[in-house]
Amino acid sequence: MEKINLDEMKDLILNYVTKEYIDDEDEVITYDTPLISSGYVDSFSMVSLLVFLENKFKIKIPPSKATPEAFDSVNSIVLLVNQYLK
Amino acid sequence: MSYSDKTRNLYQAQLGDIRNAGIYKEERFIHSSQAADIEVEYPSGSDRMNVINMCANNYLGLSSHPEVIKAAHDGLEKRGYGMSSVRFICGTQDIHRELEKKVTEFLGTEDTILFPSCMDANAGVFEAILTSEDIMISDRLVHASIIDGMRLCSAQHDTFKHSNMEHLEEKLLLHSDKRIKLVITDGVFSMDGDIARLDEIVRLCEKYDAMVLVDDSHSTGFIGRTGRGTHELYNVVGKIDIITTTFGKALGGASGGCVSGRKEIVDMCRQRARPYLFSNTIAPVIVSGVLKVFEILSSSTERRDKLEKNTAYWRKGLSDAGFILKEGESPIVPVMLFNAKLSQDFSKDLYNEGIYAIGFFFPVVPNGQARIRTQISAGHEMHHLDKALSAFIKTGKKYEILGLSKEQIVAKFGL
Repeated sequence: MEKINLDEMKDLILNYVTKEYIDDEDEVITYDTPLISSGYVDSFSMVSLLVFLENKFKIKIPPSKATPEAFDSVNSIVLLVNQYLK
Repeated sequence: MSYSDKTRNLYQAQLGDIRNAGIYKEERFIHSSQAADIEVEYPSGSDRMNVINMCANNYLGLSSHPEVIKAAHDGLEKRGYGMSSVRFICGTQDIHRELEKKVTEFLGTEDTILFPSCMDANAGVFEAILTSEDIMISDRLVHASIIDGMRLCSAQHDTFKHSNMEHLEEKLLLHSDKRIKLVITDGVFSMDGDIARLDEIVRLCEKYDAMVLVDDSHSTGFIGRTGRGTHELYNVVGKIDIITTTFGKALGGASGGCVSGRKEIVDMCRQRARPYLFSNTIAPVIVSGVLKVFEILSSSTERRDKLEKNTAYWRKGLSDAGFILKEGESPIVPVMLFNAKLSQDFSKDLYNEGIYAIGFFFPVVPNGQARIRTQISAGHEMHHLDKALSAFIKTGKKYEILGLSKEQIVAKFGL
């Protein structure tokens, strides 16, 4: 895929997470907001996020690395994605 | 001794954390049979109080119905107390199969298999029929027992936003490559009391070649014109592939549940569902009681009609008084208080007024969504509802929340 800088990647992921998981329009999440440990995203819903990341960034994340800890904030997701970007 | 001080201390610390978080659950002892009027000892050791029960799943008022009790007595006499065996060894009586046929007929499905509870039905069904090639797509507010059942299954899982059909369609498209797609929802959602749009769900599932599973535990017996459930309400009888439901709520309220639906799916459960294979089924005494319940329900809609009227009266009374309710038509009527402590204080004050209704707060419901969940019964008479309404209004006035918006209540008490 074309080069993407870190800030763009963060915003892409934040926008997706907000649209996919946040029902309350008044709720604002940031790059550091805990997503899974605070209950915004349940572990069952992570599969959509995984498919989004793999399709968007043309990567393959092994199931063993797609852990609740790795998906717990936009920042930690960016770290994970970066490991698999060529 | 294997239970060392270290182990004991570990558990005591965990229990201490639960207490400190204010979510330690205590049982209230009821000294009477289950009904609209009950005699309660709470807290433990205190004087008994006669209170009106506004939080039972006794929707049709059949928990202590004389005909059901008599049928259970007769069943006990004729078929004994226990089976001492799982179904497929020597634990199946004629009345177990009779009940399965009765449920099939009542729900308009192809076949039915009994489970010790609906929790067990939900724990067993997914693993029995799905593999890692398949996907389960569940509403985000499904009952905990479905979540546990999905965890036991090797199929992949995803969720859609609560009752959001556009989002469900996105997910059906996203997972179109899977072998079997199973969409999973509650019929009536237990905490909010709202009803799944089964007509829309069925339409989408037909479009994308997916199956539908509905947990109708809070619906069977009273939702729909003749009480068949949510599928009757939305005119999709015969189109729901799997219905799980319970006999522990409206249908006499004792225990037991089932998976009802496509013949092959029921047969797969009979071969593979672990709670069916490794546990005794429902005791004969309860089977006999539930058979009588179906006889009563099949002969008249009087009880579900009364429940509908009671629910409308209760909703209107609370709404006119200025309470904020979760919208819906089911007999689950949540009175929104938003603040966790307010929900607990409100519940205690109601109890002192002779009304038994429980406050729910996080993590049982989302943070900032604390409420008193009231549940209406055909066993309630007008005088019960009027007394309960008076107590709610008196307590609402005490906290000065009547007529306030959510924002005003939150400003006053916090989230």
